[in-house]
Amino acid sequence: MNTPVGTTARLLGAGLRALLVLTVLCGVVYPLAVTGLAQALFPDKANGSELSVDGRTVGSSLIGQRYDLPPADGRETAEPDLTWFQPRPSGGLGTNSVNTRYRLLLSGATNLAADNEELIDQITAAEAAVVADNSLPGHPVDPADVPADAVTSSGSGLDPHISPAYAGLQAPRVAARNHLPADRVTRLVREHTEGRILGFVGEPRVNVLELNIALKELVHRSRTS
Amino acid sequence: MSPVLAGSLQWLALVAALALAHRPLGDHMARVYSSAKHLRAEKWLYRAVGVDPGTEMRWPAYLRGVLAFSAVSVLFLYLLQRLQGLLPGSLGFASIGPDQAFNTAASFVTNTNWQSYSGEQAMGHVVQTGGLAVQNFVSAAVGMAVAVALVRGFAARTAALGNFWADLVRGVVRILLPLSVAGAVVLVATGVIQNFSGIHEVGQFTGGTQQWNGGAVASQEVIKELGTNGGGYFNANSAHPYENPGGLSNLFQIFLILVIPTALTRTFGRMIGTPKQGYAILAAMAAIWLGFTALMMWTEFAHHGPAPDIAGGAMEGKETRFGIAGSSLFAVATTLTSTGAVNSFHSSYTGLGGGITMLGMQLGEIAPGGVGSGLYGMLVMAVVTVFLAGLMVGRTPEYLGKKIGIREIKFAACYILITPALVLGFTAVAMALPTPATSMKNPGAHGFSEILYAYTSGANNNGSAFAGLDADTQWFNTTLGIVMLLGRFLPMVFVLALAGSLARQRPLPPTAGTLGTHRPLFSVLLVCTLMIVTGLTYFPALALGPLAEGLAS
Repeated sequence: MNTPVGTTARLLGAGLRALLVLTVLCGVVYPLAVTGLAQALFPDKANGSELSVDGRTVGSSLIGQRYDLPPADGRETAEPDLTWFQPRPSGGLGTNSVNTRYRLLLSGATNLAADNEELIDQITAAEAAVVADNSLPGHPVDPADVPADAVTSSGSGLDPHISPAYAGLQAPRVAARNHLPADRVTRLVREHTEGRILGFVGEPRVNVLELNIALKELVHRSRTS
Repeated sequence: MSPVLAGSLQWLALVAALALAHRPLGDHMARVYSSAKHLRAEKWLYRAVGVDPGTEMRWPAYLRGVLAFSAVSVLFLYLLQRLQGLLPGSLGFASIGPDQAFNTAASFVTNTNWQSYSGEQAMGHVVQTGGLAVQNFVSAAVGMAVAVALVRGFAARTAALGNFWADLVRGVVRILLPLSVAGAVVLVATGVIQNFSGIHEVGQFTGGTQQWNGGAVASQEVIKELGTNGGGYFNANSAHPYENPGGLSNLFQIFLILVIPTALTRTFGRMIGTPKQGYAILAAMAAIWLGFTALMMWTEFAHHGPAPDIAGGAMEGKETRFGIAGSSLFAVATTLTSTGAVNSFHSSYTGLGGGITMLGMQLGEIAPGGVGSGLYGMLVMAVVTVFLAGLMVGRTPEYLGKKIGIREIKFAACYILITPALVLGFTAVAMALPTPATSMKNPGAHGFSEILYAYTSGANNNGSAFAGLDADTQWFNTTLGIVMLLGRFLPMVFVLALAGSLARQRPLPPTAGTLGTHRPLFSVLLVCTLMIVTGLTYFPALALGPLAEGLAS
């Protein structure tokens, strides 16, 4: 067995056994132990921070979703439902191309360069749409007031947040569409604005799903009272 | 508080946390790799593997261990993907095609974690957790083992470099696993998911449902950063809210990326008996990291470029919860180490910002670099620096009491030449051939940058991408797989050869003429050498890509 072939075979055998025992340790014992800890300590978070309204799951506070009208006949793209606060564009989001028995959302970004004409067109169009959607009679939106997050796609396409500036810009429109006083909706946005953690970690933001859930409740209360 | 000030405070908090962890972790790792004792669990592992952890190896034996283990790992991971469709627990996902399976196997074994697949639609629990996540541990432990072998070469009085199997097992059992368990719990507390619920329906606000993936994300996420691996569970990597839910998890992940590479300089100092030598290396790493971060913050906040100008900010490809500052900090940390995880998409950065991520990788990922590979990369550059300084004053160069002779400098030179040869050679060939260019998503200089970035990322074992490039083609899967393997293991050959050559020498006592390699002057010299020797190699290529794009806007 002291031939070069024998030595190599012995070495590869040791490598294989090392890989197998480390696979059991790092690929079976470790993830199961962490799952056990996670499910015992933080079950809600470990299972996706899902939100329910009246017993029905309406999504996750961490995953952005679309608030669109039911697709109209003959239209390719869904129109945004302007009664709800709108999230950021998600131009990089895809659907599964393999294993097509599922309908999976593929997280991702547009990856368009800062000097790409296509991106310039997308941003210009998004800005025009934000101005058009949010301008009310007598209260036109100044294009210079449209914040960057309102016209750009996020890294994941699933950004659950918008900037407080974008939420504030949408508040008058949302109020008008829901027949609510504008200052009440503006106050709702303020109540749902999260600041930086410890004053400096992360960025100020508004969770769109949580805001829309609160808005729905507000609309419901104003109609019943 | 302005975003710039908040970002600067996050940066300071990061420095403070790394400084706090530096000594305890560095000393712990020095003890782990120097201890003569074996834990009971380790003894059991050695028996199962059938090796004697007490056998001292010279460099060829140590290298054979590294190569044998890695070869078996590539084959195992390849087969696991090829057979995915037949394995239970795969969520019904199909087997991966041969070229992509080869690419992914090479990628995860080399600590690169380049991904030409989208995790959520391609990889089930078995491959993700039992294959890819395992390589996150062991490829990191292999990198640390090689770095420790080089340090032993400097410290040695005999020709032996230690035992590879013992270093591998100890790295996993005593360093990576305990830190990962603690880190994973922290990540779950911030909102990272950890379950085995597979693909399930979740109701939506406006009605209807959406199908979502579950998975063991936190347990993989923590070692993805801690082992400077970077392969995301989901396609969007650390931009995905289930991988990185908020500002706190973001800062914690950047900390995880940097903590072992920086602490290894302390381990180095302790193992050679002079902690100051470790601080000199750390100072050079810190200077580059601080400089790159400042430049990145500046260019991203200034957001020059037609698209960000119209938008009013460089937010394309960036998440609201991280903003410009949290994204810039992450982008620099991930490209100055071999991580390659992303929390924002580098392709949509400003032209100069994209260039900074590329230059960070091209410097060889040494500030502070990948786990292990950062330290050995920096030590090789220190050898070159000592040599250049010796030429200037006309003395025989020596470093840490070992003479840097013809043999040593040849190994160092080979180490330095491999990566640029791979990056520039393959980029040139890809540009010359007709088909690879069809994978480009962006026109002009940025299209060239996509390909330059891909080979830079592959050869330096980073794994991040200008992700507009359609990399799931036979050409890119195959060539990038080869580049990753050569870019990982050829440098390791020369590092271990250098270690063996140093180990054979009897240490020389320092004299009045010995260069003070523990002084600030040496750190400055080291940074300059890096910029000139490595940085300038890539300057012409950078001028065609990111510089052309950045200076035009």
